[in-house]
Amino acid sequence: MSTTTTREVTGPTPARPRRSLRAHSTLAFWLFTGPFLIGLLIFVYVPILWSAWLSFFEARFTVTPSEFVGFENYRTMLTDDEFMGSLVTFTVFAVIIVPTTWALSLALALAVNRLRFMRAFFRSVFFLPTAVSYVAASLIWKMSIFNGVRFGLANTVLGWFGADDTAWLASPDPPWYWLVIVTVRLWLQAGFYMILFLAALQNIPPELYEAAAIDGAKPGWQTFRHITLPQLRATSTAVVLLLLVAAYQAFDEFFNLLSKTTWGRPPLVELYYKALGDNQDYGAGSAGALILTLLICLVTLLQGRIMGFGRSEGAK
Amino acid sequence: MTTRTPRRVRRGNVIGSAGLYAATAVAALLFLVPFYLIVRNALSTDAEITGEEWRFFPTDVQWGNVTEPFDDPTVDFARSLWNSAVVGVAHTVGTLLVCSLAGYGLARIPYRHADKVFYAVLVTLMVPTAVTFVPSFVLVSSLGWVDSYRGLIIPGLFSGFTCFLFRQYFLGFPKELEEAARVDGLGHWGAYWRVVVPNSLNFFAAIATITFISGWNSFLWPLVIGQDPSAWTVQVALSSYMTNQTVNFHLIFMATAISILPLVCVFLFLQRWLVQGIAQTGIKG
Repeated sequence: MSTTTTREVTGPTPARPRRSLRAHSTLAFWLFTGPFLIGLLIFVYVPILWSAWLSFFEARFTVTPSEFVGFENYRTMLTDDEFMGSLVTFTVFAVIIVPTTWALSLALALAVNRLRFMRAFFRSVFFLPTAVSYVAASLIWKMSIFNGVRFGLANTVLGWFGADDTAWLASPDPPWYWLVIVTVRLWLQAGFYMILFLAALQNIPPELYEAAAIDGAKPGWQTFRHITLPQLRATSTAVVLLLLVAAYQAFDEFFNLLSKTTWGRPPLVELYYKALGDNQDYGAGSAGALILTLLICLVTLLQGRIMGFGRSEGAK
Repeated sequence: MTTRTPRRVRRGNVIGSAGLYAATAVAALLFLVPFYLIVRNALSTDAEITGEEWRFFPTDVQWGNVTEPFDDPTVDFARSLWNSAVVGVAHTVGTLLVCSLAGYGLARIPYRHADKVFYAVLVTLMVPTAVTFVPSFVLVSSLGWVDSYRGLIIPGLFSGFTCFLFRQYFLGFPKELEEAARVDGLGHWGAYWRVVVPNSLNFFAAIATITFISGWNSFLWPLVIGQDPSAWTVQVALSSYMTNQTVNFHLIFMATAISILPLVCVFLFLQRWLVQGIAQTGIKG
């Protein structure tokens, strides 16, 4: 459906509206939007504002603050090695996961798009993991594929070539855990972004390829480089930004694969242990949440800058 | 010359497409490995799973494993499945109802300050809900909604993004249909339910599928809210298996299989709408 149609919401009605008619339509507007707006106010705006307030207070084990501490909570968080370390973890994670998912999903889309028969079958196979939760996938990865003992699949396969068992998730050095974390997310996400690329590929007018062939461009790398990639630019940008925002919110697989470790914690996991762990420090936790919120706002504003306001345009 | 070129191209094509199929098939096999592992482990005995030799298939398929997660005294698996079903359905129905109405109001009902209201919705798109789980928990716990369906369901209903998607969709909805309804004497409300919704079922189905999957699979919020095991969703229950003292491999993989099954069904039957929805909107909840 055309999401780009820009009909004005508040266009003037042709005949001058009678006053009662206008009041009627104002009432209808609030009737339709009211429930949603009230919910948005209570469950989105209020928590953020409350947190902003709470972040200036001492609030442990309670959500009713006791003592005003100014910017102390912010200072605590910004000088906290674990919290700052979690931002480093996110950066490392994003640097690995964004390009690999981008490349894999594009490769899958190109392959599926060129298939003549069994296309629907292969598309479904690559897309199927999208239905699986991060928790279930983490369980398979941790308990079966990358189980550190002999009967884990990875160790079994490596064992056929004479390698020793590797404890994939037991220690940060060597950081084998990144292999586990990255592959689980790749498996879960690639099919989803493949669908976005497939839709974009099918929108490229075939005349472009015909014209390129007439101009003597060889099918393969040349056409890919000069026709396909430029035509996919909007989708590519959207995919990269969606991946980045998704990586920022990573929680499930880190929490489950690296349960109870003090290393390899991305921001949300760190925040979870800070605010809801043994300390229940809601003051510092709120400060941390606001810092993370501000950071993600910067990213989305940048995104808006790059793609124009509204996500649907790029992701279409 | 004129005959040779096409033939060479064709032969290159045959080799090329055989290579393409081979590579795609290998990738597909790799993508299916985790599913294979779930089924294999769920239907084996622990002795076989942890045995010296790798067994590709259980020597004796253990159908009896199917009931084991339900008999496990440490985790109330049946309860968690039920919780997930209630939360998943209520989350989907509620989100669709609230967000579609708002999207329609913003798109189609003339009101002087509609654009300001719309901006208030747009602003919330900048902040992903997961990032603000601490503030949300603070609010919900002071409402006394911890460990309750209310706490699990209601805070998630007001998705600015879903509302935004509905608005975009309704902007493109043919105006003539509604005008015909107005001529027949229907108000906004009547036109919406009798004309707009029945003619938008594809879009509703797409959003419903995506919303249900993301609701069923969500973990962080249910983990935060479900402090008591009686309020656990199936994802929280699965997560608890991973940190248990004793590990029953066949049991936890059977539980995983059962937790995935409804979604795989939803997925296979509704894939058309799902693909369409994602291609249109670029979201996965």
